[in-house]
Amino acid sequence: MTKENETMSKKKDINLDAPFHVTGRTRYVDDIPEHEGTCLAKAYYSRCAHGEIININTKAAEKLKGVVRILTHKDIPGENQIGGIVRDEPLLADKDVHFYGQPVLLIVAEDEDIAEKALDLIEIKYKEKEIIVDPKDAYEKGSVLHISRTFKMGNPENRFKKCAYVFEGEACSGGQEHLYLETQGAYAIPKDQGGLLIHSSTQGPTAVQKVTANVLGIHMSQVEINVNRIGGGFGGKEDQASHWAALAGFAAFMVKRPVKLILSRHEDLQMTGKRHPYRSDYKIGLDENLKIIAYQASFFQNGGAATDLSPAVLERTLFHATNSYYVPNVKVTAHPCKTNIPPNTAFRGFGGPQGKFVIEAAIHHAARELGIPASKIQKTNLVEDGDTFCYGQVVENSEAGKCWKETEKTFALKKLIKEIDEFNKDNKYFKKGLALQPICFGISFTNTPMNNARALVHVYGDGSVGVSTGAVEMGQGVNTKMVQVAARAFGLELSDIRLEDTNTTRVANTSPSAASATADLNGKALQDACNQILDRIKPLACELLNEKNQKNIRFENGSVSVKGKRKKITWEELVATALLRRINMSAKGHYSTPRIHFDKKKEKGHPFAYHVYGNSIFVVTVDCLRGTYEFDAVKIVHDFGASMNEAVDLGQIEGALVQGMGWMTLEDVVYDKKGLLKSNTLATYKIPDIYFVPKELDVRFLNTRKDNLAILKSKAVGEPPLMYGLGAYFSIVNAILAFNPNAEIPYDAPITTEKILMALYS
Amino acid sequence: MIRFILNNQSVEADPKHSGKAFLDFLRKDEKLKGMKLVCKEGECGACSVLVGELIEGKVVYQSMTSCIMPLANAHLKHIVTIEGINMEELNGVQQRMVDNNGTQCGFCTPGFVVGMTGALLTGEPVTMENMIKNIDGNICRCTGYHSIQRACESVVDDLGGKAKSLNTLIKKGYLPAYFKTIAKQLQKLNEETKKEKWEERKEGIRLGGGTDLYVQKPRAMYESEPEHMYDKPQLNKISRVGKEFRFGASVTMGDLYRSDVFNEAVPGQEEFFKLLSSTPIRNMATIGGNLVNASPIGDFTIFLLGLNSRIVLTLKNKNRIIDLKDFYKDYKKMDLKKGEYLKEIRFDIPEGKNTYFSFEKVSQRKYLDIAGVNSALLLKLDDEKNIVDAHLSAGGVGPIPWYLKKSSRFLIGKKFEKKTIEKTLEKINEEITPISDARGSADYKRLLLRQLFLAHCLKIDENIFDVSTLIGTEKVN
Repeated sequence: MTKENETMSKKKDINLDAPFHVTGRTRYVDDIPEHEGTCLAKAYYSRCAHGEIININTKAAEKLKGVVRILTHKDIPGENQIGGIVRDEPLLADKDVHFYGQPVLLIVAEDEDIAEKALDLIEIKYKEKEIIVDPKDAYEKGSVLHISRTFKMGNPENRFKKCAYVFEGEACSGGQEHLYLETQGAYAIPKDQGGLLIHSSTQGPTAVQKVTANVLGIHMSQVEINVNRIGGGFGGKEDQASHWAALAGFAAFMVKRPVKLILSRHEDLQMTGKRHPYRSDYKIGLDENLKIIAYQASFFQNGGAATDLSPAVLERTLFHATNSYYVPNVKVTAHPCKTNIPPNTAFRGFGGPQGKFVIEAAIHHAARELGIPASKIQKTNLVEDGDTFCYGQVVENSEAGKCWKETEKTFALKKLIKEIDEFNKDNKYFKKGLALQPICFGISFTNTPMNNARALVHVYGDGSVGVSTGAVEMGQGVNTKMVQVAARAFGLELSDIRLEDTNTTRVANTSPSAASATADLNGKALQDACNQILDRIKPLACELLNEKNQKNIRFENGSVSVKGKRKKITWEELVATALLRRINMSAKGHYSTPRIHFDKKKEKGHPFAYHVYGNSIFVVTVDCLRGTYEFDAVKIVHDFGASMNEAVDLGQIEGALVQGMGWMTLEDVVYDKKGLLKSNTLATYKIPDIYFVPKELDVRFLNTRKDNLAILKSKAVGEPPLMYGLGAYFSIVNAILAFNPNAEIPYDAPITTEKILMALYS
Repeated sequence: MIRFILNNQSVEADPKHSGKAFLDFLRKDEKLKGMKLVCKEGECGACSVLVGELIEGKVVYQSMTSCIMPLANAHLKHIVTIEGINMEELNGVQQRMVDNNGTQCGFCTPGFVVGMTGALLTGEPVTMENMIKNIDGNICRCTGYHSIQRACESVVDDLGGKAKSLNTLIKKGYLPAYFKTIAKQLQKLNEETKKEKWEERKEGIRLGGGTDLYVQKPRAMYESEPEHMYDKPQLNKISRVGKEFRFGASVTMGDLYRSDVFNEAVPGQEEFFKLLSSTPIRNMATIGGNLVNASPIGDFTIFLLGLNSRIVLTLKNKNRIIDLKDFYKDYKKMDLKKGEYLKEIRFDIPEGKNTYFSFEKVSQRKYLDIAGVNSALLLKLDDEKNIVDAHLSAGGVGPIPWYLKKSSRFLIGKKFEKKTIEKTLEKINEEITPISDARGSADYKRLLLRQLFLAHCLKIDENIFDVSTLIGTEKVN
């Protein structure tokens, strides 16, 4: 690591939204001033996890003063269907209900109080059918959402026979509630000449537009979706925002008044999908030198009651089944299982974390049996350039080894291990555990056609610039990054650039802000738009500056000059002249990621633009008397590429890390056998608080400048660091083993205080 | 009339709406949208406001979660929202949140900024610990908190040390100038507002801080006009009378935490208080409310049971005093007559060199979480280590907050030694009836209470029992 990037740059990067956030002036959907006559809508949801609707009684609710209308599936003018990949999810239940929390009716009322009262007056009778909540159980009963998928390389069946060591077991990981602080919601306003404007808290404006148009039986052009920003998404609003926006749109369309629909926290927890829980079986084979020779796994994904994004999530589980390791013989199979819980959906990492947990469990299992630290196996098997992933992509620019070495060196790993051993010898009831957690994450939508974006740029007469892209700001700092891209292209200050709301009438047919690729895709499209304008005005600049070669024109610090020469004109002058010369100062940019492809029949290809690497060290102290724990430190070396905004990127690392740690420890999504969510309040579902986070958190930037498909060589950072969180699990397990070397610890995340205490005394 | 100052403005509200959640009043009636609605449980702090009260001529501020705060509880107070600390320029806290990138999606941010600014107005020194304490009830899903901690550090660097005067805070750009006028305004408001005579009601909902009732039945709070027990001078006293410690039922957990009398009576309880919910909730939650809520897992209830407290119940000005351990009859059933209310709580101050008092709690998340099991033990030994008095309580192991009568009685007269502890563990196990629920399986709760009892004992003598000999015995039954 060079000295320059050894410590975080002192340069103050900023997030342009921050001053508005800290004053409470930022507007979210529920903060938009209401139009006169706005109604409030509430969905009445099923109280049965699987059954036939026998009778619906809305009489009392309809009589309530202030209830404007109660809508059912029969009122839907278009198709009662919101499924994206598979058309298997109704907007409102018709004959049957498939999960507790499924919307059945839509109440439109004059205000929220009335709508809530009306909810209490509704009675529905169900005839209950068999309720399935466990994915393996579902699979055995033939209850699946989609086809199973298998990625294969080499011949693991054969090679297991030749392995020195083979271990088998089960590893399970739980669900995770997104807990975006802003709940799902939308505000739909009828427009002149028909059609609707919907303010939606969504990561995917185009998905919302498409679903709403389909439900209403109108053209997409009649539905305008506007997103100022959202108060957190984490994947939960990639596909599932559509439901609520379409309901609001449906209500507004029917009553011809503006309609707002905002989920209460309780409704949001109850009705929306979460990270997919997985139950998986693994088999791992190693040779005497700890090289992993063969790996096999079956993943049973708990998809919930409708397909949603499950097949795509499932695919990424397979892509990341071997994490940062090269395994020559692999066979991994994944089954999307249909159960009677809310349809599970995208969540930061998108199936990747679930896949990685299983191989990390397999490695830990092998290490425990062999009496060595898991890190020995991890380190021995890191991917190198020229290795092939099981899906056929050849490794280029691997930073796995470099990250590992830097971690060992920078954080004096050997010394740290010695200190921990000594602490454990000296302390009877407190034990420390250490774990290393490398990551490797592929960047691109694995569904190749989605890897495209557009941007619209206007240069106004005074030289200021307006930018629209398809990117949705949700806290990840993409607004700031877009402004940086435009400012850098034109040589202007950040304050010269205005970033507009994300709106389907300005930028259409967009992919959702997801897959960590938002800044790459939209930033490259934005660069294209800026370059088009620059190409149009460069001849004029040459003329004004008496220069022959366009390549010598520089746009810097608000002026235009010729390389190596003093003479300059201001940007404003050039823009004003350009407009007089009738040059088009607006442009629409487009980008589609080159090179990537994937053949789903062969399950081979080159699906990722590039990979992001990193490594982390976790140190935890477990109170072996009480079964509680505190994280002493997490130390990370992360491959940022050449970060374009270190403040924003550091924020992504820290936030994703803690979210991943929460998933592995605190966050326990519990459904009972009847499909009822037990962790249905913030009193029963706990996410990390300020005391939970590691006391020491040290993030080092590994500066790499190799990947041109990253915007300004600044690598995608949204999802990859979440997977460091796996280290939280394994460090706690190692601390338990320091107290009780024979502890029985099933690989079953999250590792709650209950599981810890039971394991300590097992 | 409910009268208070909202930011820089006097407000009057109809007592008919006294049960309205303060956040609804802010967002719907006043159209102040800066504070956010996230959970309606007081679990996240996105709606945090500062509540200023005139105490001896000075306004002292506490943070509270407005989503579960009754409008009535704002009466005669200064309420500060994010709008009330905004100025032309960013204030010192806001600027530091920006500089340290302490905000991402921004939805939780106003709550954090209010909490951090509030930390400067509590009258306590400006330290990292106090800054964090004032935002310990705030949840952020984006940042992972480290950037927020860095912003706090930067505030401490700037202001660190003794509590700062209003003038200093205004001069250094942390507060708008109008804050200087609030003490006078509140004074005037207090003088103008005749203290309405409190007439005890026979029926209807009695409401304290609202921290549980607004979570359990918010609609009932809006629709009824609850009888507000909060902030009643008759129920607010904290005192020591001889060997007895007494406090009124509407004393909040925060009041006790800050009470010198209490801290002398039961010293060293900082960690206990930290384990009780969060700072804003402690500022709102009355201990009387905690007791009559009769939750089998209420932390303060278990604490007071361990101290073998007595309670004073009042009906038509007639008092009766009973032991707290006799108050709970069955799940959520109490020895409380119609119209009777809880007036005061009393306990003997645990004094003497061989008197030990310990509270233990384990929850899934260490702070701001409901316990799996909690427990308190009061133990008095003589010089020969014979147990002369013992009171053991535990929550989460039965339908009521459990006073372990048999186990407590068993301990008395025995020597404090390994054998006694082993025998007591058996007694405890016989006495409790935990069930499996969201807080853990019955097996876990049995194991956990065993561990917590051992933790109590190890605090008295760390060598009295080698707990590692219990490996292999996770099933206590």
